[in-house]
Amino acid sequence: MEKIYIDHNATTPLDHEVLDEMLPFLRDDWGNPSSVHWAARGPKAAMDTARERVAALLNCAPLEVVFTATGTEGDNHAIKGVALAKKNKGNHIITTVVEHPAVLNTCKYLEKEGFAVTYLKVDAMGRLDLDELRAAIRPETILISIMYANNETGVIFPIDEIGEIAREKGIVFHTDAVQAVGKIPIDVKTLKVDLLTLSGHKLYGPKGTGALFVRRGVRLVPLMHGGHQERNRRGGTENVAGLVGLGKACEMANESMEENVKHMSGLRDRLEKGIAAKIPDIKINGDVEHRLPNTANISFEYVEGESLLLGLDMMGVAASSGSACTSGSLEPSHVLLAMSLSHEMSHGSVRFSFGKDNTEAEIDYIIEVMPPIVERMRSMSPLYAGAK
Amino acid sequence: MNLQKKEKVVVAMSGGVDSSVALALLKEHGYDCIGVSMQLWDYAADDVNAQAESGAVTGGCCSLEDLHDARRVARGLDVPFYVLNMKDLFEEEVVEYFTAAYLQGKTPNPCVKCNEILKFHALRKKALGLGAAYLATGHYARIENINGRPRLFKGVDKTKDQSYFLFTMTEAQLNGTLFPLGGMRKSEVRARARELGLKTSEKKESQEICFVESGTYRDFIASREGGLKEKGGGKITDRNGKILGTHEGLFQYTIGQRKGLGLGGAEGPFYVSEIDTVNNRLVVGPSHELYSQGLRAGNIIWTGRDGAEAGAEIIKAPGITARIRYSPDEVACRVSVNNDESITVEFESPQKSVTPGQAVVLYRGDMVLGGGWIEEAIG
Repeated sequence: MEKIYIDHNATTPLDHEVLDEMLPFLRDDWGNPSSVHWAARGPKAAMDTARERVAALLNCAPLEVVFTATGTEGDNHAIKGVALAKKNKGNHIITTVVEHPAVLNTCKYLEKEGFAVTYLKVDAMGRLDLDELRAAIRPETILISIMYANNETGVIFPIDEIGEIAREKGIVFHTDAVQAVGKIPIDVKTLKVDLLTLSGHKLYGPKGTGALFVRRGVRLVPLMHGGHQERNRRGGTENVAGLVGLGKACEMANESMEENVKHMSGLRDRLEKGIAAKIPDIKINGDVEHRLPNTANISFEYVEGESLLLGLDMMGVAASSGSACTSGSLEPSHVLLAMSLSHEMSHGSVRFSFGKDNTEAEIDYIIEVMPPIVERMRSMSPLYAGAK
Repeated sequence: MNLQKKEKVVVAMSGGVDSSVALALLKEHGYDCIGVSMQLWDYAADDVNAQAESGAVTGGCCSLEDLHDARRVARGLDVPFYVLNMKDLFEEEVVEYFTAAYLQGKTPNPCVKCNEILKFHALRKKALGLGAAYLATGHYARIENINGRPRLFKGVDKTKDQSYFLFTMTEAQLNGTLFPLGGMRKSEVRARARELGLKTSEKKESQEICFVESGTYRDFIASREGGLKEKGGGKITDRNGKILGTHEGLFQYTIGQRKGLGLGGAEGPFYVSEIDTVNNRLVVGPSHELYSQGLRAGNIIWTGRDGAEAGAEIIKAPGITARIRYSPDEVACRVSVNNDESITVEFESPQKSVTPGQAVVLYRGDMVLGGGWIEEAIG
């Protein structure tokens, strides 16, 4: 059976070039980078290089990069770190209803701790209304946390304009850019973001790595108190090999950005066109003018996304729908529900997220196997029979 | 068992020994198997923080631990496995029914509803959507062809027989279902499980209402409906209307219940013989008052057959027995179909604790004829 992976927003394969750079630090150069002796020198130098490479991708100073273990950690660090550092100035945070759980649940936790949170809504295309943002700002607003690009629809928010608004009001602005970094060019020199989260395994780096961009001068209370690592922002001996991998992955993303964007958006358009031509009653979700080049979120009316995914999996195609909970079952997408899609449409959505190594032949295979799967499932639906 | 090769079968797995062996047997027989578990409920015990707060220790039959067991068994047999999110449907069709029944003074049977709506309707449709020819479960029941029509029969192991829970099955459902354990005894199933090295072979059986995690069903209903205990109270009387005490809300009682009535004194023991929701009155009496000559049941389904005419036809022949609860006990009876398509069942000998809300299931020998929901005891 063919095995086709179209779920790169969940995770990406580890690039072999990245792995090659990591291996020496697992096998031979195992020293603690904080030591004074010879064993520290290799790892220390490698960490410096990694930090420079991450900084180069974001166009920031290396010292503005704080390594983390995951995107979730970066989001927690940014949001809790600002909330605690600024709690004497105010207790209000603004975010959106379509954030990743790493942001949503951190905000919900802070609500229990006495902070007030405004969750901005989105329209049917997944877009924010910046007037709603302006109106939500209060004197006690200390943080705006708005994602760069949505993990489910790929919709990109106007981070530059949001940054302007935040800067004008003197509010710290964090963006969860886990889905955007490596897929589209990001320049924090021109963007007025103060904090930006990224994750290694979304850009062909290893799992267990990430980084938080912290603009010079932004005060954050650390999550991990301990040693002096990351200049006291995050205690704990560093995951040297992993961070070397993260650095290499960032360098590679930087070098082939243009080529990857072109390749992935070509595949995405091919899939969307192919499916639209062969399967009736579908809808492409999200603001198609402003979205990631690699993400297609498609609703198939009268079909459950969950069943569709299982059917695709049986044909060797790995895609996704909603978000998996602990049991491995799928919850309906809070993002699509927030876009006021009908119950049927939000339950019937599938996310295809392409990677740099996907091929046109793979897309054509999906276009070929999907129609019979959808048709069979629709034949089980009394709603479909009723509508036809 | 029908042994056509390479047909696709979706096997409903609970994580217990029965469905695990069912999967193993089907796989052995050459079916192309897909293991599936339904997630029906969010168990507090699945969330370590909620667990610490609520004190819930184990989930019911679809807890995270059970799903892990099911997944392990499927992986061990090299069978693809999925967990399907069916929480909304379970809430609407089973949990709400369960709560509403108690509030109407009835004693519900959520397992029958779960089989009818979750397993053999919704899950089956998903299975067909995935291209499966059959849905299989680990129930102890058999499906046999009689004159070209599928009929439901008791499992060979009479102490484990679960046909009672399955009387709602339609002809199409019977045609598209496999019960690999129907011809086996539980001891054989356990032995097969050990032979296969299934990790679930020694697991104990699930007994309680799966979604009532801690405390009793009374606490569960009170917590969902809020404040019932305070406002639900009324009188406890004997059947002549003599007041014996007060009750704390009728939903807390079932027919035949003796404990927890709070009636001391010399006249007892007292048993609940009637739950009178019209007058918010709990009627109690000595045990001989629990016996009835018959019952009336509604929402009748003639298993694997269409409509009331089929029922009228099938009850003409003698030899009908009834089960009035999930128990191997059966009573010989006469059945008549009423104008409103409900049925009246007259027992050959009086039966104890006929309980509105429970299912009555009719048999001829091992064959399930049909069943319905008990509305009232007669006589």
